[in-house]
Amino acid sequence: MAQSFEVPNGHSVEEHDLERTLNPYVTGTSVIGLKYKDGIILAADTGGSYGSTLRYKSVERIKPIGKHSLLGASGEISDFQEILKYLDELIIYDNMWDDGNSLGPKEVHNYLNRVMYNRRNKFDPLWNSLVLGGVKNGQKYLGVVNMIGTHFEDDHVATGFGNHLARPILRAEWHADLSFEEAVKLVEKCLLVLLYRDRSAINKFQLAKITEEGTTIYPRYSLKTFWGFSAFQNPTKGAVGSW
Amino acid sequence: MSRRGDWVYENNGGTCVAIAGADYCVVAADTRLSTGYSIYTRDYSKICKLADKCVLASSGFQGDIKALQKNLSARHLIYQHQHNKQMSCPAMAQLLSNTLYYKRFFPYYAFNVLGGLDNEGKGCVFTYDAVGSYERVGYSSQGSGSTLIMPVLDNQLKSPSPLLLPAKDSVTPLSEMEAVDLVKDVFASATERDIYTGDKLEIVIINASGIRHEFMELRKD
Repeated sequence: MAQSFEVPNGHSVEEHDLERTLNPYVTGTSVIGLKYKDGIILAADTGGSYGSTLRYKSVERIKPIGKHSLLGASGEISDFQEILKYLDELIIYDNMWDDGNSLGPKEVHNYLNRVMYNRRNKFDPLWNSLVLGGVKNGQKYLGVVNMIGTHFEDDHVATGFGNHLARPILRAEWHADLSFEEAVKLVEKCLLVLLYRDRSAINKFQLAKITEEGTTIYPRYSLKTFWGFSAFQNPTKGAVGSW
Repeated sequence: MSRRGDWVYENNGGTCVAIAGADYCVVAADTRLSTGYSIYTRDYSKICKLADKCVLASSGFQGDIKALQKNLSARHLIYQHQHNKQMSCPAMAQLLSNTLYYKRFFPYYAFNVLGGLDNEGKGCVFTYDAVGSYERVGYSSQGSGSTLIMPVLDNQLKSPSPLLLPAKDSVTPLSEMEAVDLVKDVFASATERDIYTGDKLEIVIINASGIRHEFMELRKD
């Protein structure tokens, strides 16, 4: 519905039928990121939910950006794929200078911050929480930005449910000189908790690391689950008045 | 503006305090960044150095605050190129007011306290609302813990009424060390009752010899 209204100086302003995201359609759940001894680890499951329907089971939500960064996304999958297009262009145009310089994680995060904030200022947000990790010149970097442009850095981060369920575990067990093996164990502990308690989480995970040597995205895999807890098997036992 | 939803803003909490003395200014803020009942990070600085003798402490929506800080820093860089000097704190105060009012109908959700030294080297504090109303005062508190802190500062610092004629100086009679101790106490107290304040306190002290930083741990629950 096109609306027009008068403004004091007599010009009329037309509000056209603009397309904008009013709510997300296909969404990804939490992303976890943490620093370890020689780099950054990012992890997420590969589910794509259509509301509460598990619509896609093998969505890539972690992607390498340029030479020094890894990006993980939760929220609207299509918006994330649009963001990847912006970043592709950014990295290509930066490369075309051919000056030997390249954008590091700090620069990419700053770019994302500005894009997310700008889109919210146009009331046309990109419906995501993004995790950006990277290493450049021996400096580890880990930051987050959400759909309205709130952004920050930390030693360990998690989006969505992860902020409630994974970060308390990370805060208790994280330390700066975790080895890769220890860091993976910690991440898997977090993913398992999310798998048990976040109904949109699925048991197929993407794990990625980035170090000074470059990025590695590991083949997808599942975690071993245990559903034999008595409370799981007979959840209403002892609940008075329940059938 | 009917198409604007409530989703465009988020309150990331936090408390800011500034106290002006005869030859110093203390500006302080906690470092917790939160939304609702969850904490984003426990180590986010809300204080921004805008000029040699001028710092800004802000709470509210982090996205808007960062945009505001970048805007002011860019304007200050232009000012330096054009005038070959640092902007004075009262000038920055007017610039901040204009910057906030410029977005009167889509405001920066930011509650600011600007502190520093004026052209005479005297401590100055400017306190704002989100749309740019401002006033020079002797001390101020803004943000989520301001309701807990402001009456304590009123009680301890008893500033002379701004209605008095002839005008009385609004700077506090405390020494620099006493002011820093007072700031530490009011933050420790606000942290007890305000869930958006805590983790760490960052204190910036501006005096004739420059800018100094101090930190104090706060409750993390």
